Parts: sequence; C-alpha cells; structure tokens
Amino acid sequence: MTDPWFDDAAGPVVRPYAMTRGRTRSSSDEARLDLIALVIAQSPDGEGDAKPQEDAAGSGQGDGGGAAVRPDGGSHRDADVIADSTLAPEHVDIVLRCRHAPQSVAELAAELDLPVGVVRVLVGDLIDSEWVRVSRPVPPAELPDESILREVIDGLRAL
Amino acid sequence: MAFGRFKRGAAASPAEPVTLKILVAGGFGVGKTTLVGSVSEIKPLRTEETLTEASRPVDDTAGVEAKSTTTVAMDFGRITINDSLVLYLFGTPGQDRFWFLWDELAQGALGAVVLVDTRRLEDSFAGIDYFERRRIPFTVAVNHFDGADVYPAETVREALDLDPEVPIMVGDARNRESARDILVSVVEHAMRRATSAAQQHEPAPAR
Repeated sequence: MTDPWFDDAAGPVVRPYAMTRGRTRSSSDEARLDLIALVIAQSPDGEGDAKPQEDAAGSGQGDGGGAAVRPDGGSHRDADVIADSTLAPEHVDIVLRCRHAPQSVAELAAELDLPVGVVRVLVGDLIDSEWVRVSRPVPPAELPDESILREVIDGLRAL
Repeated sequence: MAFGRFKRGAAASPAEPVTLKILVAGGFGVGKTTLVGSVSEIKPLRTEETLTEASRPVDDTAGVEAKSTTTVAMDFGRITINDSLVLYLFGTPGQDRFWFLWDELAQGALGAVVLVDTRRLEDSFAGIDYFERRRIPFTVAVNHFDGADVYPAETVREALDLDPEVPIMVGDARNRESARDILVSVVEHAMRRATSAAQQHEPAPAR
C-alpha cells in the first residue's frame, strides 16, 4: 500500500492540519485522547468486530467470539471502510490498522507520521461515525492496583 | 501477507489490554532514547506534537513573533508484558522549555525515571522538581558515561538533595539488564507508594 500523501522527495504533500480541515480539536472531545489510549476498530452496524461494547469496563475476561471474526482476510473485508466517501485516506488507514490490532494513539501518530494532535482529531471523527472506539487508560491520579503492578514487575524481570 | 508488518496482531488477545506508561526524563543527550531502545520490543518510535500559541503559556516568543507553532518530538517504546498488559515508555522532550508538555504525558503515568549525567547534574533538576511536585514516583538513574568520573550513588543523592524514599541507581542506558533494573525500581517504588497510601486510608472505612 503506497501512501498517496507522501512524496519521496518533498515529504508530506499536505500540511498536517489540512487533513483535519483546519480543526485542532476533536469533535468528541472526550477528555482528550491519551497517548496510550487504545483505538479499537468496531463495525459500524454495531455488531462489533472486536468485542461487545458492554465489555468496555475491561474485566479482563477473554471474549472468544471476537477472535473468530478478526479480519485477516484483508481487502474484501475492508471494502466497507474504503467505500465510505465521508472518510479521508488517513481515516481509512487508521481503521485498517486498528482492525488488525488495537493501536495506541501514539503508535498511530508515529506510524502515520502525523502529529498527535491531527491523529486525535481524526480518531475523534471515527468515534463519531462509530468506526472505532477507544479504551480508557488508567485514569489520572489513580495508580493501577497492586496486582497489576506486581504483574509489571514480574514481566520486566523476565525480560 | 498484505499485513505482514503488523506482527503484533498475531499475538493480540481479544481481551482489551490495559496500557500503562513510564516516563523517562533528563537533560538533552543524557540517554533517554537509548534507555527506551534498550528495553523496548520495537525500535523507538517518534511522535510529534504541534504546539500552538494557545497551549504555550510561558514560552517566550520575543524575537520570533512570526512563529506560531512549535513541534516537539517524543520518542517512545513498548513492552508487551502479556496479553492483557502493555507498558509504554516515553522519553520526555529534552528541552526545559517544553516542561508543560509533560503535564499531558504525566497524566496517568505509573512512574518515571530521571536520567542523570554526573557531569551535568543541573540538567536533571527540572525533571526531579517536576515529579516531586506532582507526587509521581520516580527513580533517579545515573547513566554512567565512559570516561566520566564515577561517584557513589549516595554522593549523587546528596548532591541532588533527594528524599530518602527516592531510589537511586547507577547504570548504563545501553545495557538491557541495566535498563530493565531501573524500570523495575520505578514500579517497585510506585508499589511501595501505593501500599503506604492504602494503609493510611484504611482506618477511614472501618469507622
């Protein structure tokens, strides 16, 4: 997949905020998307290709059904996003990446080579049109509980 | 395999992982990105944030009035602890004048590392001060550079006037084990902090 907005010699062809039509704020300004908020693809008809929305609280419970519908087949499964004429190429790119695996806002920005602010606006659009939803990272000023910290320590030690 | 690049998809669990972040602060060139790279499972990625005039309350633009935006780059890495837990490491922008960007970075951070070069101790003051004020648990890590004098950790602690609870380590940001130990120290510190906070709060619900 070649990136139509990037010219090898000249760099990005479009100034970043032209992609957002000049907007610097996301329309669904839900507490500003954190850099490590995970963007998760969902299908617009509400069937949720990742998992049911009710699960958003993050019980950690596996959702067996989600894996089965995960799109690995590629193109024809993705035709719906590509066909959505209200989406810019960058929107489509974000949805496709997130369909493959949930992506943090920071990762999307780095991989699309866009400023974080631009990605926030684009993700905000996609939340509005229900192509994606966003996981809540650990709320500010609230440390994760001890068992999670213990898990992190054990995980790091095993590196 | 059109999506061959996105290896992570194969391992991704259907359950939504919890994401956590640790910040790596310190002066310019002290080894923040090196530390991130030593433990990250991906080559450190770079994100850029464009700051507009409105978001820069203290920046002195005298002399550069025409400039209305500034681009700040942050390097970050990722450690997948397991299917349900992903840790991100963010190198804070090196220049002091971007301290306000940290506010956003620091929100919800598990803890921080302040990297110190003993030849330029003062470069670490801003970071130490910032995390102290916001009660974010941090470890001071002396990044030992070849050819620099070696000081005992306690000498550096005194020089920096650190609280006794703040862990201080001497390490090498290029070394994976060393970088890992520094991160473990941050999380252990965060855990001690959480435990002691829980103990202080305990009597309240009992009443």
